[in-house]
Amino acid sequence: MTTYREALRAGIRDALSSDERVFLMGEDVGAYGGSFGVSLGLLEEFGPDRIRDTPLSESAFVGAGIGAAIGGMRPIVEIMTVNFSLLALDQILNNAATLLHMSGGQVNVPLVIRMTTGAGRQLAAQHSHSLEGWYAHIPGLRVIAPATLDDARGMLWTALADPDPVLLFEHCSLYNVSGDLAEDAGPVDIEHARIRRPGTDVTLVAYGGTLPTALTAADDLADRKIDAEVVDLRTLRPLDENKVIESVSRTHRLVIIDEGWRSGSLSAEIAARVAEKAFYQLDAPIERVCTAEVPIPYAKHLEDAALPQPDDVTEAVLRTVG
Amino acid sequence: MNARAKRRAELLRQMIRIRRFEERCVQLYSATAIRGFMHLYIGEEAVAAGVLQGVGPEDAVVSTYREHGHALARGIPMDAVLAEMYGRTNGCSHGRGGSMHLFDVGRRFYGGNAIVGGGLPVAVGLALATAMRSRPLVTVCLFGDGAVAEGEFHECMNLAALWRLPILFCCENNLYAMGTRIDREHAETDLALRATSYGMPAWAVDGMDVLAVADSVDRAMEAIRAGSGPHFLELRTYRFRAHSMYDPDRYRDKSEIERWTEHDPIPRLAGAMRADGELTDDDLAELEAEVDAEIDEAVATAEAGPLEPVEQLTRFVYSPKVEAR
Repeated sequence: MTTYREALRAGIRDALSSDERVFLMGEDVGAYGGSFGVSLGLLEEFGPDRIRDTPLSESAFVGAGIGAAIGGMRPIVEIMTVNFSLLALDQILNNAATLLHMSGGQVNVPLVIRMTTGAGRQLAAQHSHSLEGWYAHIPGLRVIAPATLDDARGMLWTALADPDPVLLFEHCSLYNVSGDLAEDAGPVDIEHARIRRPGTDVTLVAYGGTLPTALTAADDLADRKIDAEVVDLRTLRPLDENKVIESVSRTHRLVIIDEGWRSGSLSAEIAARVAEKAFYQLDAPIERVCTAEVPIPYAKHLEDAALPQPDDVTEAVLRTVG
Repeated sequence: MNARAKRRAELLRQMIRIRRFEERCVQLYSATAIRGFMHLYIGEEAVAAGVLQGVGPEDAVVSTYREHGHALARGIPMDAVLAEMYGRTNGCSHGRGGSMHLFDVGRRFYGGNAIVGGGLPVAVGLALATAMRSRPLVTVCLFGDGAVAEGEFHECMNLAALWRLPILFCCENNLYAMGTRIDREHAETDLALRATSYGMPAWAVDGMDVLAVADSVDRAMEAIRAGSGPHFLELRTYRFRAHSMYDPDRYRDKSEIERWTEHDPIPRLAGAMRADGELTDDDLAELEAEVDAEIDEAVATAEAGPLEPVEQLTRFVYSPKVEAR
């Protein structure tokens, strides 16, 4: 059995071993072993030059990752959580995503930024954001969200081969998920969505931390004789809209599950694209299950109520098939 | 000509090139050939000429939005700089960047950053890359006094000093962050002193004296190459023109500008050269004629430059596909 955390670590180790340009940098990635334990043991294995602890200076070390990438290295920058990435937003948006264009194609930025995202651990408003949808708004970035062990193991390799910046979001609820991972698990594509559960009655679109929610709901729906298909977006930018449209064209019903807030969200983008390109395939209005429009509360029962739950998905599906 | 005279002649040439180029840019802007924001360098030429003369061909340079002078002194051809400001494909950033985003990777000139302080982290990273690759190169990072108030500045001072990176921080202190005078934006206006607090050698230089700038840069570069970590120079200068072409310049007295023009770096160096018999009226006339011809040629090249077809609008957002490794 392997955990999601171990799969990520194996991916990082693999990259460090095979390419001397690769290094990992971020807050507490070394001596502490990573705030979520992802890089535990790597300092001993690769040394402080390549497993580089940084000060609490998100803008400086993310920008340094950009500069190092331009200078011929292949940095993996870990931002402890998406919440703190806001302190580096200038570097991500105004430099990483923009340098290639502003320079007329001269300066590409082969940088991977990993960060934890999501809520569900009673960490209250400032530590519970799901802002990957914001980043998916930005041309010049690729945004990926591994939800499975295979993707946790294999997405990093492909991301490091990308000549442009890639943001990799790890949902905090996934680190302890465990399962079987093939010995020879390796690179996976970061272009396409995947069907995680085939079905015929309704399409559930999810990614990252909402994939388990969707799969749980799909099991529940099966008990009610509703056969749900679950699409894992995997890559949030550029969106694999074809996979979603293809699925909707078979099921004719769509429910989108997104831990971001509803307004101006990734779920809104997916709904809009399906409405634009597959409107006549729909037999029911599109449903969305998103986080309530409130900063995430501390109290457990309120946090649970704010976040997309399997029962919310089931209810949304029942509305579309009803 | 001896080495000192040669060096002075080159610095004078560089400053006059920049000055005349900027003056022509004003005309071209008024004629609407150049649009957008344009920040002139007039008055600060000693900094560009003095700093860039000390930068090796493989060293990296990161600059700001007031970078025409830096770009020219770095050796980016004048026609490529001007064509960029015309928005043409023969511009040094293919017309995608404009006045504030001049790039030339071949000359390791990494922009043209128009977010105050935003270039510093990138410069730190470039220095980190050379350090990790054990290359004896220096990254030179230019920014203004306004950047010293940004959080990114302090994060970068700390990180560069902590990791002893080969980087030269060049703070062009022209006394104004746009329209805000330095004593209205900084509690401590001795900027070199503040850099010292990060544990790196730092000192202030008369930024209107190109020889003083060049000497300080040479000294700092030598120390950095020898492995002594980051250095900080506060280059005290002044811009004679407004912040940008949009700026009505209401926040300072004309008399203040007049006082500073008495320290104009160009006549200052020319005067010293004359006194030492290194410059005659004929020499100066010849130099001016050469520069005028270079500018005329750059204007012609920029005007003749092609506009990018609109069909190519979404280029340069992602790199062309490459084989997975």
